[in-house]
Amino acid sequence: MSEILVVVDHTDGAIRTTTAELLTCARRLGEPSAVFFGAEADVTPGQLAEYGATKVYVLDDDAYRDCLVAPKAEALAHLVAGRRPAAVLIPSTSEGKEVAARLAIKTDSGLVTDASDVVRGDDGAVHTTQSVFGGAFTTTASITKGTPIVTLKPNSLTPENADAAAPIEVETVDVAVSDAARAARIISREPREDIGRPDLADASIVVSGGRGTGGDFDAVEAFADCLGAAVGASRAAVDAGWYPHAFQVGQTGVTVSPQLYVASGISGAIQHIAGMRSSKTVVAVNKDAEAPIFGLADFGVVGDLRAVLVQATTEIDNRRAAGA
Amino acid sequence: MNIVVCVKYVPAAADRTFSAVDNTVDRADVDGMLCELDEHAVEEALRITEADGGEVTVVTVGPEEAADAIARGLRMGAHRGVHIVDDALHGSDAAATSLVLAAAVRKTGYDIVLCGMASTDGGMGVVPAMLAERLGVPQLTLASQVTVEGGTVTIRRESSTATEHIEASGPLVLSVTDRSNEPRYPSFKGIMAAKKKPVETWSLADLGIASEVGLEAAGTTVSAFAARPARTGGQIVSDEGEGGARLAEYLVAQKLV
Repeated sequence: MSEILVVVDHTDGAIRTTTAELLTCARRLGEPSAVFFGAEADVTPGQLAEYGATKVYVLDDDAYRDCLVAPKAEALAHLVAGRRPAAVLIPSTSEGKEVAARLAIKTDSGLVTDASDVVRGDDGAVHTTQSVFGGAFTTTASITKGTPIVTLKPNSLTPENADAAAPIEVETVDVAVSDAARAARIISREPREDIGRPDLADASIVVSGGRGTGGDFDAVEAFADCLGAAVGASRAAVDAGWYPHAFQVGQTGVTVSPQLYVASGISGAIQHIAGMRSSKTVVAVNKDAEAPIFGLADFGVVGDLRAVLVQATTEIDNRRAAGA
Repeated sequence: MNIVVCVKYVPAAADRTFSAVDNTVDRADVDGMLCELDEHAVEEALRITEADGGEVTVVTVGPEEAADAIARGLRMGAHRGVHIVDDALHGSDAAATSLVLAAAVRKTGYDIVLCGMASTDGGMGVVPAMLAERLGVPQLTLASQVTVEGGTVTIRRESSTATEHIEASGPLVLSVTDRSNEPRYPSFKGIMAAKKKPVETWSLADLGIASEVGLEAAGTTVSAFAARPARTGGQIVSDEGEGGARLAEYLVAQKLV
């Protein structure tokens, strides 16, 4: 079967949900091989095998950590030339998209970013689905050149364990990273504080607050914690200095597509909608019944967001207590 | 320090659609504008040259109407413009666009190539990285802050997991986010001065490009497009004191809790 390269997104070796999604997706196209950037000691082959990887290439070099994007693209180009995979799947993070961009040029290949679905067509080509123009349109495309390169959006599919996890082969790959690729050096890195909530980009539930919070995110955060959700913010809330930019949902912030998106006190400006339109279920709470966000909502409450969210939090807590 | 800013002429949000003929983004009969994310790139270029000297050239690849995007950049204060226009460009993908831009900035010469973070139409955000790859120069992308000292550029980049400071020495490709600065409005003086600024129009032949661009050369083929259907059947309730409880009920019924 044809080999599919899957770039592993991990934190100190622990694979992220997006990696499980990518491996699940790759099994539709062929036989997944994971590509792991980091120390061999950190690789967790069992986790990768569980989702169907039969091989993991381990690439360890300071350059992958200390330089921006270019070294990883070089390494992947080396693997593509040597292994001739049928496709390369990469997480749709800002770094992932830039690695994919450079790889597409190096290998003269077709590239699709932010795909929500990837299948092999009857014609044998890789076909993708993606939403464009801020979620206003959906397009399908086929990749017709070189080694198809796809970045897959988080939450695009449900990870599934492989039927029978085959033994996984670990192969260390040494690639000489060029001096040119080391030219953009990361001179400092301050990791985000762990706030004990899921990451916004791949959370399955997101509760966001906007202008309507008036700067008080307590009810938003409490509801998020009750649902095990990530907290997001509209651009208006971020521009007002109420919430850090890392949590901004929208065209120029994070694009999310969770199972459930709760927009509280958010009117629904185009640039916000562009960042959440592909959410599966949308709930809106806003005191303005005319707010455009209600046009996208599966369920909406016209009312004071604090009162509504606090009551909903209490109600869910009570139901859980009663059920326990 | 001479800076070339790559800008894009994009359809206004309300006018974004596809051509029924070949599934490409419809650019023929729509109102367009300078991509607003590119205004941050023009602004950053102006700030750097105002502090350190040098000239700003605005480059665009696009149909006749795309001259409007250059004009906007000149009114903001850029010194000159280059418009690459050629019928053979129709249907070009990001890889082809980066090929043309790379040839153009090599021809103009540059210390820094500056881009916006993404276009507001295609929105892939891959052209800056592709340009750096083609030019063989360092990429400093998605900067929320830029510092230039001598020949060294340092940026602040906010990733999903960390805030990073990244450094490289020129020549290089730089892209800035909408957090980097507040773009200026053209002044009356700027508007008058822009009328006298030089704009060159180049064809693909002027850049020595004979193939690898246009719809035929694209690495992907859009087979279908569809406007996302409006959400219907949404249930909107008014909070009469039980709105939160009804929300909880809905989430339970949908098995979301």
